[in-house]
Parts: sequence; structure tokens; C-alpha cells
Amino acid sequence: MEFISQHPVLVVSIVKIAVLLFIVMTALAYLTWFERKVVAHIQSRWGPYFVGAHGLLQPLADGVKFLFKEDMTPPASDKFVYILAPFLALSLALTTIALIPFGPLTGPNLTLLGQPIFVVSNLNIGLLFLFAITSMGVYGVALAGWSSNSKYPLLGGLRSSAQMISYEVSLTISVVGVILLAGSLGFNDIIEGQKGYWLHVIPRWHFIPQIVGFFCYLTAAIAETNRIPFDLPEAETELVAGFHTEYSSFKFAMFFMAEYANMITVSCLATILFFGGWLSPFPDSWTWQNYLPGAGLVALAIYCAINTVVEMRGFFHRLQMGIVTALAGGIGLLCLIPPVAAVVQGPFWFTTKILVFIFFYVWLRGTLPRFRYDQLMSFGWKLLLPVSLANLVITAFVLLFLRRG
Amino acid sequence: MSLPFVVFFACAILAVAGGILLILAREPIHSALSVILVMMSLAILFLLLGAEFIAAVQIIVYAGAIMVLFVFVIMLLNAGSEERTNFSHIAKFVGVPLGFFLLLLTAHWLFHSPAGASIANGPGSVDVPDTTTRALSMLLFRQYLFPFEATSILILIAVLGALILARKEQ
Repeated sequence: MEFISQHPVLVVSIVKIAVLLFIVMTALAYLTWFERKVVAHIQSRWGPYFVGAHGLLQPLADGVKFLFKEDMTPPASDKFVYILAPFLALSLALTTIALIPFGPLTGPNLTLLGQPIFVVSNLNIGLLFLFAITSMGVYGVALAGWSSNSKYPLLGGLRSSAQMISYEVSLTISVVGVILLAGSLGFNDIIEGQKGYWLHVIPRWHFIPQIVGFFCYLTAAIAETNRIPFDLPEAETELVAGFHTEYSSFKFAMFFMAEYANMITVSCLATILFFGGWLSPFPDSWTWQNYLPGAGLVALAIYCAINTVVEMRGFFHRLQMGIVTALAGGIGLLCLIPPVAAVVQGPFWFTTKILVFIFFYVWLRGTLPRFRYDQLMSFGWKLLLPVSLANLVITAFVLLFLRRG
Repeated sequence: MSLPFVVFFACAILAVAGGILLILAREPIHSALSVILVMMSLAILFLLLGAEFIAAVQIIVYAGAIMVLFVFVIMLLNAGSEERTNFSHIAKFVGVPLGFFLLLLTAHWLFHSPAGASIANGPGSVDVPDTTTRALSMLLFRQYLFPFEATSILILIAVLGALILARKEQ
């Protein structure tokens, strides 16, 4: 007890990290399920269906499979670097999430021992620090490719480093426009600066004045996370599996999780910078919006209940859907209580916006073919970089004239 | 022992260990990795001093950009491991004593300078100037604008020079 009162920051931070890590790891596991389901429906398939109701236990089965597979290390590999690479990739990808504010930092019921509960670390150079960590992310991929001491991983690693270096430039420059508008590098200041409405209904998100910057950011972010249509480092038709060809068992799973964690990070960043973070899209005067999270979950529960009765076959699938129904209904009813409703507002909008971005990612994967390598490079350097530079210069000039006059 | 104290010594030891590993490692990639270790520990030391901006830039520029290029080139050339040679006589009888002398000189200077005093007496014993990003950019773009722009032009000239050297003969 004495220790807690003496070191409130340390204790609260450890609690927040533990909770956040649990949520993020679960989210990572279910993102794989979400992606497989969405891609399957785009391609007129069912996707995972048999392990649990609607394949809901598939991530668990995958996890168990990864844990119990034989973990092989190629004899010619550089052992130390070979083992270091997946740890580096995953730990760097997870570190960035500590900087993300999921809800308002001040307000009733939003602090624990005087510390905000919705962010692990509120740095006033948050954006810069996030770029510092993501710029290290290339090591995981490059070192994995090199240390395997094999042709395809090396080619994949080389491609990946070249691609990540090239698109990092556009990524960074495309968000400088937002920094100019917000006048700060801290995530909280950037979000607070987007409060308010044009014509009383249109939210003052940076998305509208920075629409060019937003599309540059989105493109560069997809390339940074090595996703289709920029997934050349692991193009299976050319390179088997690219940089992680030689990895098996849990080390492979770590690269997999790192990729999804990076997807979450860039979606969070897009939400914060261009879509107002945890701000609601509706004006404050519309008080019914407080009940949206609860109402949404109750609606989901009703849908699940109907699904349990109508579609599910067999005792276990019905039981699982029943549990999902009870969970969604229970949390939904809890969220309808006014004080709880006020607290979950921020995280609800933040999560909704992230899910839209994740869906966009999966949608792209389901519909677009892959770039050719020279197309990728010339697109990055000859189109994306000049456009984001022009966006920066124009934003700077407009702001200069607006603030002078 | 306070937490900053523990972090300082952990990072200081890591930085020195990284520096030693850089010289001792035989694989070029291992040397590059130890440089990254040094840069990361230095960045944490900057954070301890309250210089967040410099810490972030330290990681972005050195660990995130320059060392990535090093690793990239090492991978591309597939450089083999280094060969060990015998210690040369000049190094043994002149280099090592001179190195120790330099170390002593630095230590002596640190103990008798205000920077050293602030380390020895703990944080807060010497007035630290405002280290926020805003204060830093005010200095950079007001007081030191000319040196800043001159450096940018110098870098631009260097880039152009590299381009001309690397260009294929027409």
C-alpha cells in the first residue's frame, strides 16, 4: 500500500500496460479471424466455420498449433540474429500502442490515482516518438531476411528494407501538414484541436483540410506495413514467403502478430491525425449519442440470439453463440447506465474508427492485385513524395496568410 | 536508489558494452547492431536529461535511418566475417597508453566542469535550459537561422555531388 502511494505513476502504468497488452493480444488474434471472414465473403466463401460457432475459436486453435509445432532453426543461420529478429519485430510493434490515447485524458471517472486511464504514456512529442519506434521496425524484417542465410529470405528482406525506407519519407512528410494545423506533436493536443463543428454539424477534423495528406498517408501506411497491394517482401508467387520463409512455429507467429500490430498502429495514427481520435462525429447537443455504444451492443446481442436459434446446429455451437449473446447483451446493458455510458464514449468512437480502417485494409487485400517492383519504387518516389511535399508547402503558405491576415 | 539512477547506470553500461562489442564483433552485422544498441541507450540518457526532442531525433536519424542504410549495404554486399590480425607494436606501446591518457583527461575535465557537476550532484543542481521542442525550434529558426540554412545547403550540395558521381556515363 505504501509503495502504491509512493509510486502512483509506476503502479498505474504497470496495471495499464497489463490490461492494454491483454486487450491488444486478443484483438490481434481476432483480427486474423476478421480478415479471413471478410476476405472469404468478398470471394463468395464462408471462411472459418467449423472450429467454434462461425469459426470463433479458430484463433485459439491456430495459437495452439503454433505453440506445438516443431521450432526449426536453419543450421547455416546466424543463431543470435535469427532469434533476435522476431522479438524485435513484435516488441517494437507493440511498444507504439503505449503512446495512443484511447479516450479523453481528463474528466469524471477517467483517472486512477490521478493518472489518466486511457493512455499508457502521454508524451508531448508523441508523434515524433511513434515515428522513432516505427523507423526501427525495418530491422525486424531486414535482420530476419539476412540471418536465415537463404536466397528467398534475403531477397525479401532487401525488398522490404528498400520499400520501407522509401515510403517512410512520404509517410512522415504527409503528416507534417497536420502538425502545422495542430501546432503540436502531442496526440492529445492534436485531438483536442479537432473539437468543434463547421456549420454546426460537420466535425472540424483534419481530414477535410488535409484530404491530400490523408490519402498520401494512407497509401504510404499500407506500404509501410507490407500489405497488399504493396506486399512484395512476401510475394508468395516469387519469394515463397519472403523474409520469414525459414521461420516456423512461434517465431513465425510473432512476425504474423507484428504485422497485425503494425496495422492497428497505423490505423490508430490515421484516426488520431485525420479523424479526431476519440471525438464523436455528432455535436455535443445530441445527447442520445451517449447511448449508442450500449444500443449497438444490445442490437448485436439480439442478432446473435436470433442466429443461435435459427442458424446454429449442434449443442456446442449453440452454447458458444449463447455465451457471445450473453456477453454482448450484458456489456451493452451495462453501457446504457449513464455514468458508464459517458466513460465508454471515447473508446467506443476510437475503436469504431479503427475498425473502419482495418476493414479498409482487408477490403484492399480482397480486391487489389500486387504491384510490380519497379512500379512500386517509381510510384513512391515520383508520385507520392512530390504530392505530399506539395501538400506540405501549400498548407504552410495558406496557414501563413490566414494567420497574418 | 532512485529509479532515474538505476536507469542511468543500466543505459550507461549498455552504451559502453555496445561500443566494446562494435570493435570486438567479427560479423559486420553484429557491429552494426551494437551501434544501434549504443544509439538507443544514448537516446534513453537524453530522455533522462529531459531532452525528449533530441532523444527522438537520435533514434530517427541514427538508429532509424543511417544504421538502416548500413545494414542494407552489408546485406547487399554480403560481406564476410573479418579476420583477426596480431596486435601491432605501435598500438601496443603507443596506442593503448595514449587511449588511457585520453580517458583520464576526459574524466578530469568532466569532474571540473559545470556539466560534470550536474551529473555528480544529481538532477536539478544546475539550471537546465528549456529543452522543449518549441524552445529548440525558436532557437533554431530565429537565433541560429543562418547556420541552419547554410548547413542545409551544404547537405544539398553533398547530395548533388553523390548523384553526379553515381550517374551512369551517357
